[in-house]
Amino acid sequence: MRSFDRRQVLAGGLAATTVSFLDLSQVSAQGSGVLRIAMTASDIPLPNGQTDQGAEGMRFVGFNVFDSLILWDLTRADTPGGLIPGLATSWRVDPADPTRWTFVLRPGVTFHDGSAFDAAAVLWNFDKILKADSPQHDPRQAGQGRTRIPSVKSYRALDPMTVEFVSNTPNALFPYEISWILMSSPAQWEKVGRNWDSFIRSPSGTGPWKVDRYTPRERLELVPNASYWNPARRPKLDRVVLVPMPEPNARTAALLSGQVDWIEAPATDALQQLRARGMQITSNVYPHNWTWHFSRVEGSPWNDIRIRKAANLAVDRAGMVELLGGMMLPAKGMVPPSSPWFGKPSFDVKTDVPAALRLMAEAGYSPARPLTVKAIISPSGSGQMQPLVMNELIQQNLGEIGIKVEFEVMDWNALVSSWRAGAKHPSSRGAHSTNSSYFSQDPFTALIRHLDGGLLPPAGTNWGYYIDPDMDARLARIRSSFDAAEQLAAIQRAHEKFVDEALFLFVAHDVAPRAMSPRVRGFIQAQNWYQDISPVTVG
Amino acid sequence: MLVYLGKRLVYTIPIVIGVSVVCFGLVHIAPGDPLVSVLPPDASEELKMQMMRAYGFDRPYYEQFLLWCWRALQGDLGVSIATGRSVASEVFRAVKNTLLLSFVATFIGFFFGLLFGFVAGYFRNSPIDKIASILSVIGVSVPHYWLGMVLVIIFSVQLNWLPPTGAGPGGSADWQPDWAHLRHLILPAITMSVIPMGIVARTIRALVADILSQDFVPALRAKGLSELGIFGHVVKNAAPTALAVMGLQLGYLLGGSILIETVFSWPGTGFLLNAAIFQRDLPLLQGTILVLALFFVLLNLIVDVIQTAIDPRIQRS
Repeated sequence: MRSFDRRQVLAGGLAATTVSFLDLSQVSAQGSGVLRIAMTASDIPLPNGQTDQGAEGMRFVGFNVFDSLILWDLTRADTPGGLIPGLATSWRVDPADPTRWTFVLRPGVTFHDGSAFDAAAVLWNFDKILKADSPQHDPRQAGQGRTRIPSVKSYRALDPMTVEFVSNTPNALFPYEISWILMSSPAQWEKVGRNWDSFIRSPSGTGPWKVDRYTPRERLELVPNASYWNPARRPKLDRVVLVPMPEPNARTAALLSGQVDWIEAPATDALQQLRARGMQITSNVYPHNWTWHFSRVEGSPWNDIRIRKAANLAVDRAGMVELLGGMMLPAKGMVPPSSPWFGKPSFDVKTDVPAALRLMAEAGYSPARPLTVKAIISPSGSGQMQPLVMNELIQQNLGEIGIKVEFEVMDWNALVSSWRAGAKHPSSRGAHSTNSSYFSQDPFTALIRHLDGGLLPPAGTNWGYYIDPDMDARLARIRSSFDAAEQLAAIQRAHEKFVDEALFLFVAHDVAPRAMSPRVRGFIQAQNWYQDISPVTVG
Repeated sequence: MLVYLGKRLVYTIPIVIGVSVVCFGLVHIAPGDPLVSVLPPDASEELKMQMMRAYGFDRPYYEQFLLWCWRALQGDLGVSIATGRSVASEVFRAVKNTLLLSFVATFIGFFFGLLFGFVAGYFRNSPIDKIASILSVIGVSVPHYWLGMVLVIIFSVQLNWLPPTGAGPGGSADWQPDWAHLRHLILPAITMSVIPMGIVARTIRALVADILSQDFVPALRAKGLSELGIFGHVVKNAAPTALAVMGLQLGYLLGGSILIETVFSWPGTGFLLNAAIFQRDLPLLQGTILVLALFFVLLNLIVDVIQTAIDPRIQRS
């Protein structure tokens, strides 16, 4: 029987150790005008077109490397920007048949690989999401994109630079849907072997930034697209490096040590230190609100408008602002009063405990004879701000007016699952409310999806089973108003009813804090989920 | 030795099966759905169910498990739901980074652990013993993620000497053994080394104290052997146990530390697991856990073989 010589064994072990140390690669150099951004995501958003990692993916990869037919105006900080022409120079609905939309494409645009952007490319990109039997169909992009374009029934090229879309029903919000879909290069997909995994390694869009290097889970390096079709958005920087850094303290340390120049969502308790070290803290209200979504199923205490209003009057929003280091705006409705959609609701969402107590007394409850409600909350989660402390404050506030809150704490993903399934589903565990922060960038996401009686689960995400024919009529009016002023008025009427009937517990609007080095200049924080980094410079 | 090796290899089979069942079961018991990374949060339940069918998550658990095992046996750990990348390539890229970090942490941990352990054991009840013991207790007791944050605050934020995150200026793909990269390794490696340092130091201290109390030590002294010579004998006697502890600790470190790798954004298996957990990326989670478990089993096997090779008593038994 052969025996091992111990010296041989130890020498082998040492050699193995040495080999693992000597796995060499090359180093990258960093020049001037490089902006390094630490994202909250745990991975690099996929540079495939219809990217993942939520709004952050769209913000940093989606709308930088790719374009959609319709873009968002991100040039102003003082007011929410609307939709503006992107790869389409104009679009119009057929007055005779409001399901037909004609999009005129921008001439002379090329993808990063040099191929031309045209109507065929638009059809190809919609096929990649909607047509499961098309060669370029990508389940991952379909998963991200299909939810966004529920109205798209069909599409065809009228000529090489004109595309016609047909919607299921007349829908004046159709342009908002189209703005979600980003254009990848069909020629590049062909060139890399008709494979999306290969495409990701050398992606090609029409956006102001081109992908230079992609290291999964570690970094994505972007360089300017010098021939971008919009001269105003041609990047001023030499390079942008995107780094995933999910841990807030790690992001803060990376900024303070000079490893990155910009961090998303700094740790709230580090804001003072960041300011003291000369860092810029930027924030601005944007369409992201933090609410309690009330269940309206039979037996829910929130079916009583007096209790809904009382709860809205009990929340100490000023105290919450202090709690969050100033990084929230007290909610007055589903959208902030600065939004053109706010309207003129008659119910003023504010803190008025005596009025709340009166309403509770009318409903038959008091602190001595409390009402018990069950609320789903999460300890953390994407966009959830600081859910535990915020909910504890609400629990205390509501307790003071005779509403005893019992929490049903769920992991964020479990909360999302139960939210999709609806208040009646066992996964919602009989809760009377759920606390999911909401993207509210367009009328559909801000209002319709929560309030439309036709969007009950599982077909839609009206979690609370709220059904009101009057609200349905107001929402239908939004969809059928093709005139901009008329549509705005319809949105305002729906939002006014939303507030007047206290359909949610309106608590906070997020203000998207970011921290950046004093060397970063030229950033305008738009009132939007997406931001433009093209005008930014690093001095 | 070969028979012993064969037996040990056979023993690993039930362990691997057990690990597969447990890791598959655990990730499916966890709440939430596995398509969180490929569907926006506001996707409807209807669309979610369609996607569940498309990915095969609507099949019975036993069917999913058997399919996964069958593919894993052929070396196919599947494809990440979130990224579409092969799980095997994702895991092995991360393992490479964790290996680098854990070997450096092991080296630091064992160097100081052995030093403190031998010194404390040899000079037991002396002030040196007390200092070494305090250091080892601190090593075992201090939460390492907390220590990581403290080190970052001191050496990165305040002194600006070392980078707080990442594997290098260009990421791990560009890793080279130069100062620009090694400086990224220092803080996570020190943080990771404190627990093995404490455990090794405490184990070795007790072992050395025990060896020194055995009859052969006074006999060696009576024969006139120098203290250095006696120390050499103590080291030889303590080596197999030290090696066993080292092997176990190295196994733990190779598993990657979710907390440390997340705090330092180190692109290893812990960081990968963290991402897989938060994205509910079941194939990635299952694949990573399986590979790490196999690593642990393999490492135990290697340690047993080395122990047998260096300790004649084990060979004889």
